[in-house]
Amino acid sequence: MSRKVPQEKYENTFSYKFKRWLEGYKDPFLDTLEMKSQKAFHEDEEITRLHDEDKEQHLRQLYDIEHNAEVRIFAGIYKVFSVLFCIFLVMMLLIAVSALPPFGEAGNPVNNEVSERYIENGLQETGAVNIVTGMILDYRAFDTLGESHVLFIATCTVLILLRADTKRDREYGEANDRSHEPKNDVILQTAARILVPPIFIFGIYVILAGHLGPGGGFSGGAVIGAGLILYLNAFGFAKTEKFFTAKTYRRMSFGALACYSIAKSYSFYTGANHIESIIPLGNPGAILSSGLILLLNICVGIVVAGTMYTFYVMFRKGGY
Amino acid sequence: MNVNHLLHNYPEAVAVILFGIGFSNLLLQKNLIKKIVGLNIMDTATYLFLALKGYIDGRKAPVAADGIQNVEAYINPIPSGLVLTGIVVSVSVTALMLSLTIRLYRRYHTLDLDKISILLRKEGK
Amino acid sequence: MAFVQNFPFMSIILSLFSGPLCSVLDGKWAKKVNTAVIVIIGLMSSCVLGYVSGQGEPFIYRMGHFPAPWGNEIRVGVLEAFMAVFFCVIMLLSMAGGVRERLLQIEESKQNLYYIMVNLLLCSLLALIYTNDLFTAYVFVEINTISACGLIMIRQNGRTIEAAARYMIMSLLGSGLLLLGICFLYSVTGHLLMSNIRQQVEMLAASGEYRIPLMVSLVLMSVGLAIKSALYPFHTWLPDAYGYSTVSSAAILSSLVSKGYIFLLIKIFYRVIGFEIICSSKVIHILFVFGVMGMIMGSVSAIKEESIRRMIAYSSVAQIGYIYMGLGLGTEIGVVASIYHVLSHAATKSLLFIAASGLTDASGDSVRYEELHGAGFRHRLAGAAFTVGALSMVGLPMFSGFISKLLFAQAAMGHEYKMLITLIALAVSTILNAVYFMKTVIRIYTPASRDGESKGNRIIHMKEQPGKSAALICFVILNLILGLNSEPVIHMIEAGLEMFR
Repeated sequence: MSRKVPQEKYENTFSYKFKRWLEGYKDPFLDTLEMKSQKAFHEDEEITRLHDEDKEQHLRQLYDIEHNAEVRIFAGIYKVFSVLFCIFLVMMLLIAVSALPPFGEAGNPVNNEVSERYIENGLQETGAVNIVTGMILDYRAFDTLGESHVLFIATCTVLILLRADTKRDREYGEANDRSHEPKNDVILQTAARILVPPIFIFGIYVILAGHLGPGGGFSGGAVIGAGLILYLNAFGFAKTEKFFTAKTYRRMSFGALACYSIAKSYSFYTGANHIESIIPLGNPGAILSSGLILLLNICVGIVVAGTMYTFYVMFRKGGY
Repeated sequence: MNVNHLLHNYPEAVAVILFGIGFSNLLLQKNLIKKIVGLNIMDTATYLFLALKGYIDGRKAPVAADGIQNVEAYINPIPSGLVLTGIVVSVSVTALMLSLTIRLYRRYHTLDLDKISILLRKEGK
Repeated sequence: MAFVQNFPFMSIILSLFSGPLCSVLDGKWAKKVNTAVIVIIGLMSSCVLGYVSGQGEPFIYRMGHFPAPWGNEIRVGVLEAFMAVFFCVIMLLSMAGGVRERLLQIEESKQNLYYIMVNLLLCSLLALIYTNDLFTAYVFVEINTISACGLIMIRQNGRTIEAAARYMIMSLLGSGLLLLGICFLYSVTGHLLMSNIRQQVEMLAASGEYRIPLMVSLVLMSVGLAIKSALYPFHTWLPDAYGYSTVSSAAILSSLVSKGYIFLLIKIFYRVIGFEIICSSKVIHILFVFGVMGMIMGSVSAIKEESIRRMIAYSSVAQIGYIYMGLGLGTEIGVVASIYHVLSHAATKSLLFIAASGLTDASGDSVRYEELHGAGFRHRLAGAAFTVGALSMVGLPMFSGFISKLLFAQAAMGHEYKMLITLIALAVSTILNAVYFMKTVIRIYTPASRDGESKGNRIIHMKEQPGKSAALICFVILNLILGLNSEPVIHMIEAGLEMFR
């Protein structure tokens, strides 16, 4: 539209007509050429049906990977290359192994002053008779702190995937459980009545004696978890719900991990700032010795036992 | 490549071959459960390799019973501690992979990851 | 010992502790705890950065009562503190930008589990940045992997779970190779502390003993970390994982997770093996070749995409190719360019993901290109932010992408044959980037025709989405700062690398 000239006069100017032609409003061939009148386009049902069938067949062919020659050739090449890659990897590793220091020699680079101090001064510096426990819970405690949280975060991901929160999921899980799991089996119940108490006692012993002999929080926690799973299998969810619910697990794991973090941060803080730690090391060989190691073993044992039981319950039913 | 050395280091060679077997299973198998088995074999072989590092001929496990603290009496305790950490990591990732498999199977009723991709692409279209 | 020196350890422990804390809280409180933790850690890290820059040399913090190599220790220099501050800023802005999507896409009962994942991801990133011990790095790499998997699959539809399964398989392959490499290195040097390993490696390289296991362990560690950070042939999990997860997950994954592994690789190059030995080995040639291939193939795949989020995800593959190309050049300037690109990419990619989510909000939640016509007019801030991000990716002067391309070109000068390949690859990939980014920018600013308008289109003002708008504005400002004011940042990176050895 033009501001200088009224609309009707503007429509008769050359520039307006040119602009319309440029934009395609005016058909340049109309009124100038002789053309045959076109037939109106009407939908032929037959043609539409053929078009649709064509499209469906094309899609079916697209997703039919078994008969698609290109995909098969590509899959074959991929398989050949992968197998070659794996063989190359193993050969390279074998060549490297043949160049490693000889196996079992006392003069290897691995047996240097680091392990010497652990063996010779471990008892005095950590108070633990079991040198490996002293190493993972006192010398290199940061690694174990990270590793307990690996267990915790794996449990959280399993909860994200498998925990049944809606009513429908819970009912589905319970129906599944009812139809597939054994109920009130006499042999299982009798065996459980005899075995579960010793299993628990053994697990607690392994945890508490972790710094006195082979054992520790991880192994003891796994044993207690196994005992809980046996109890659940023999007596069913009705009995275990009385003492082990979702809230129990949450509070247990939070309490244990928080205790571990606080205890270890005290130890790290005092160590880095060269402050003497007030935790007494006690008498080596007694149960109440080795500073924080006993407490850490108990915390780790609680976390591992809860985690084992949670994994089993989540895989079986999706709820406690 | 010195074959004598390789035969002397035969435990480590076995560990490395197991690693290769587990690695190729994880990479090449179609079934998800078999992939997870391959993952476990691979991780266990790595821990075997690491645990072998600490062994010294003729010495005992590093528990200072009876107050013997001579470095000549015990094997190297460091690799055992590292393997303890590693086993926990392996258990955690196996549990995670298994729960992923359960969810995928419940929805698509197949354990083949490629078939699941095809089904997803069909759903999307 | 100054009190400030306790701050790195406190940040690690604080983020570690807040993980289990969020497990007993519900969604709202978990979000508050998460935001508070990120802000506190950011402030503490800036204090550390100020302290270390003032001191001029790095300090070592003993974790426990025993000095290294018998105990653990962490080492803090300028580069580490700066990366910690930067990562905290990016994480805070990404979380702020995706708030609304998180409320909609995650179930009510699982909201607090998401914040646990984010807290533990932050903890593992900080531990990877600060650690001076190789096995600690491995443990925290595993926490990083598992929490990244949790971030992908928190939004539970079929696509994210399949993407999470693929991601875990590739990532566990990489972890296995990394652990085996660490075992080989331990068996020939006998130490796990990075500085001690370096002394042993220098002695071994000089005497020529155990040459093959050293080479093999280096290859295993590099390939393992390259698989985990989605270098070219191992990138197949990336588009699904970034394209279908919730927005804050995609932003955090693309900016932070891969960069943590790349930082660990740079640390291994400098502090474990020694930069001179690396440059004289063949490993960096392999990284260079794969980086260049990733640059080109990533962009080619991005052009074919129909969904805007998958396109941005493929563009990530190309940018990670840039970083590995910079590392593969084998010079100091190359590493500086790579680190600068890590910062620039983190700032830009999160911006692109959040802006894309704003654009899809204005187009009826559809990510397909046909529906996005004219979205720039419907959500003005998202459109402008997307344009800024796209121009930065292409490499226009004034934005941060230009500075990183300039640094890469400078780093390539002086090589005989790598220079030509690098410059050609930079030019080709810039053109390819322009093709798909400019196409999108033009499309979002082309008004939709009358009958093409979909029913879901609506106009969104800034005030309706305060979190997202604030995040977008902050990201744009960050991008402009990195682009216009890059000299101090480059000096800080160079000074940090000097301290890094």
